[in-house]
Amino acid sequence: MTTADLECLELSKRFGDFTAVDQVSFSVPSGTFFSILGPSGCGKTTIMRMVAGFLDPSSGDIQIKGKSVLDVAPNKRPVNMVFQHLALFPMMNIADNIGYGLRRQGLAKSEIARKVDEALDRIGLPGIGKRKVEELSGGQKQRVAIARCMVLEPDVLLLDEPLGALDLKLREHMKIELKSLQAAFDTTFVYITHDQSEALVMSDQIAVMNKGRFEQVGSGRDLYYRPQTAFVAGFVGESNRWRGKVTRSDAGGALQLTTEAGLVVTGADNGRGLAVGAEAQIFVRPEAIRISRKQDELAHFENRMVGKVQSLLFNGAASRAILRSEANGDDIEVTLPQSGEFADLTRGDDLHFGWSGEQANAFAVEAD
Amino acid sequence: MLKQTLRTVLVLSAASLGIAGTANAETLRLLTWGGYAPENVVEMFEKETGHTVEVTLSNNEEMIAKLRATGGRGFDLAQPSQDRIAGPQQEFGIYKPIDLSKIDASQFISSMLEATKGNTTVDGEVYGVPHVWGTSGLVVDTSMAGSVKDYTDLCGGDVAGKVTYRLKRPTLIGFAFAMGLDPFAAYGDEAAYKAIIDQVEAKLVECKSNVKTYWSGGDELMNLMRSGETVASMAWDTGGWKLNADNSNITFVAPASGALGWIDTFVLPAKSRAEGAAYDWINFVMRPEIAAMITDAAGNFTASKGADEHVSAALKARYQASFPPADVDNIKWYPPVPAGLEALEGAALDRVKAAN
Amino acid sequence: MRAGAKLGLILLLMPLLLWLGLLIIVPHIDMFLVSIRERIGVGRYQISPANYLTFFTEPLYLVTFMRTALMSILTTAITLVIGFPVAFYIAKVAKGRLQSSLFLLCLVPFWVSELVRTFGWMILLRETGIFSSFLQWLGLVDGPVEMLYNDVAMIVGLVYTSMLFMVVPLVTTMESLDDSVIEAGYDLGGSNLSILREIVIPHAMPGIASGSIVVFMLSLGNYLTPTMLGGKDSLWFTELIYSQFIVRFNWELGAAFGFMLLILSSIIVWAMLKVTGQTLEKTMT
Repeated sequence: MTTADLECLELSKRFGDFTAVDQVSFSVPSGTFFSILGPSGCGKTTIMRMVAGFLDPSSGDIQIKGKSVLDVAPNKRPVNMVFQHLALFPMMNIADNIGYGLRRQGLAKSEIARKVDEALDRIGLPGIGKRKVEELSGGQKQRVAIARCMVLEPDVLLLDEPLGALDLKLREHMKIELKSLQAAFDTTFVYITHDQSEALVMSDQIAVMNKGRFEQVGSGRDLYYRPQTAFVAGFVGESNRWRGKVTRSDAGGALQLTTEAGLVVTGADNGRGLAVGAEAQIFVRPEAIRISRKQDELAHFENRMVGKVQSLLFNGAASRAILRSEANGDDIEVTLPQSGEFADLTRGDDLHFGWSGEQANAFAVEAD
Repeated sequence: MLKQTLRTVLVLSAASLGIAGTANAETLRLLTWGGYAPENVVEMFEKETGHTVEVTLSNNEEMIAKLRATGGRGFDLAQPSQDRIAGPQQEFGIYKPIDLSKIDASQFISSMLEATKGNTTVDGEVYGVPHVWGTSGLVVDTSMAGSVKDYTDLCGGDVAGKVTYRLKRPTLIGFAFAMGLDPFAAYGDEAAYKAIIDQVEAKLVECKSNVKTYWSGGDELMNLMRSGETVASMAWDTGGWKLNADNSNITFVAPASGALGWIDTFVLPAKSRAEGAAYDWINFVMRPEIAAMITDAAGNFTASKGADEHVSAALKARYQASFPPADVDNIKWYPPVPAGLEALEGAALDRVKAAN
Repeated sequence: MRAGAKLGLILLLMPLLLWLGLLIIVPHIDMFLVSIRERIGVGRYQISPANYLTFFTEPLYLVTFMRTALMSILTTAITLVIGFPVAFYIAKVAKGRLQSSLFLLCLVPFWVSELVRTFGWMILLRETGIFSSFLQWLGLVDGPVEMLYNDVAMIVGLVYTSMLFMVVPLVTTMESLDDSVIEAGYDLGGSNLSILREIVIPHAMPGIASGSIVVFMLSLGNYLTPTMLGGKDSLWFTELIYSQFIVRFNWELGAAFGFMLLILSSIIVWAMLKVTGQTLEKTMT
């Protein structure tokens, strides 16, 4: 096993009584695109600023290529950062922006010019070196900000929600572009975001962070299909959720939950060992729920319900319907099949729907 | 109904009587020196005549500059020195002649009145009458700088760095006399006067290293002398007497070559309004007992006949100590300054200030 | 409708136009007319450039102007060198209450008049003053020391008087510099010095230029501080103008001096802007 490019060991940061980062350990293998995903205030920016060197950790260690960098000043660390608002130097032209770090390294003028041109070619913007920062579009600035770091060939590139300021269309485009830039530069990227789609699309590995801790680290597929905590299940992707008491529990992991309203839902705890009587939450993804006009088509599902179409959310391939359960009036979101079978669905239609107990993920409710 | 009408008539007639009573009451805008219009005198004057007085404090140059800027408007009575009347009047026409019939000449020391009338006559019209007079000379800390007897002694080695004087025309004139020259005799001959000023300028440049600073305000001079930072200075007699009250070592010394005598006057600005009040003021303050009050406030004696008897004994004693009879005779009274000489002096003073 | 809007605009601008016209332009025209008069006899004048020629032919006046200008430039430079770190600290390092109280501290001296401030310095610096007594008490000097009445005292006074006018524009421009831009500088390997030179100073340049112009003009036009603190050698150009007007009754020469001051100081400011590559428009925004 090769050494990781970036490794954090039991990293903590406290501001007075408040613990922003609590005993976080992770390692980022060389050449991967690693994201930290979490709501604002979860501590992800604090981790990034500690890695960059702008904050000192309260305890723990940060290692780059196996060497601790705690004693290394930010301007000497082999990491570079793309800031949230990019922080291009408005007083310099593009070439001087990209060449700034090289000039600090004391490279010869001709060498700097060569490297800057190379970087501009790399990001697909050749010949814009003499332009001013404000003349560039949002996407171009983005690429310049990355090139400014990449000419220094850092071991790790940190990106702090760099797409936040872009409009939606450009953001979608830049997601793909960032991924391909990462491949082109073949550098380890650590990417911070609160936008799950950015993380899911680009990352090899994602760490979901909440209240200063990592909830789960894994691939996007892992997080989506096999969430290990209620927070991850709720934060990544969309879910219908029920809360209640466990009323039956099998050795195989199958269990039954009875909500306060009296609805009985079957689910699986996937080895988390929920005992009868425990407070629990069950998450069911909209695409795991099957709908039908005939009751017998759903006979093999443990969970079956009847409901009326409350509203239709048309969104092309990701169109959904909200159904109101006849039994207790819950609103349940379901994904409409692509087959066109339900293309004529209208508001007020009666539908049968159901899902398998294995698709329903149950978690113990943590005491707040 | 009748009652009310009656009351209205009464009020109206009372009001008109009131107006009649103050019909010749005016506001006197007085442009003068500090101490020449003390509050108690102003109060007495206002009570007696019904006029009101607005006092603006100034000095010779500013008085003339103010009146020149407005063409003689804005004030009803001004008090420049008698040597600064004829020249500016010829040049700028900022005064108007005095109607001597409205002035009680019997209250004035007649020799001083006649001399001032002579000095302020332009084209046969008299423009000024005397009020306060005094001298300028040396103020010396006798315990530290006993050697200073004349202006040129300020340049002696024993008082190096402990001397202060003003960079103004009295300094040029004083030094000229101390150097054995007679600038007043050369007033009419610009070339001769320039030759004198050139010599004085050279002397002042040479003397510059002795000077701590050139003072520009009375308070500054008082501070310098009182704190002992300077031990000899050129100043007015009153400044010396004031300091003498606090520290008996410091006093006014009439220079060997003669103190310079000045007389501050009353003049009417060309566009004055309250002329009646102005004459009332002149006749009022020249009464011996009032003049003595002004002497007590300003420290200087006036041209009022018989006022000396009312002046405090302490002031009289200081005056007599500084001016033995021979020195009084030796006082050099400023003759009127011909127009144009000031530019000559100014250039010399600028060069002294700029010299190293 | 359009005519109405136009009238409205004119009415809106009227106070400004009147103010400019009556208080600035008209007096200047009058001053100019005075400055081209030459006195040829008692109360008689003719139009001539004699007053301007006097300014250039009498070395004293030109030398005094040069001295005043150089001292003002020196004052500006010292004010900038002291004010820049202060402004940087207020804008970028201090936060919250500390920031506002530091800013207030810069303002405090302006709650008293310039005369009182200058007197304050005189009390501190004079031979029998506080500094001198303190040094004697410490035993560092044997006798009283005179710190007043020299060029150093004068520049100290001028710098003190000008500080606020340098700090305010600098704080304003530096506050607009995003913290992350400075961090980016460090992140890309910049040292303190290179970040100051390549990022902070270029960003603050409009503030530096406007602060410097204001301080330079204030120092050049100051009258009280140089005369009171400078002592016997401190001939300041404004003093020359004052004495021409008030003491010598020579309004013609005084007006010419006033115009030369206006022209020459404008040239100096223009040259400074040219040298630093700034424009007046950029500086004023």
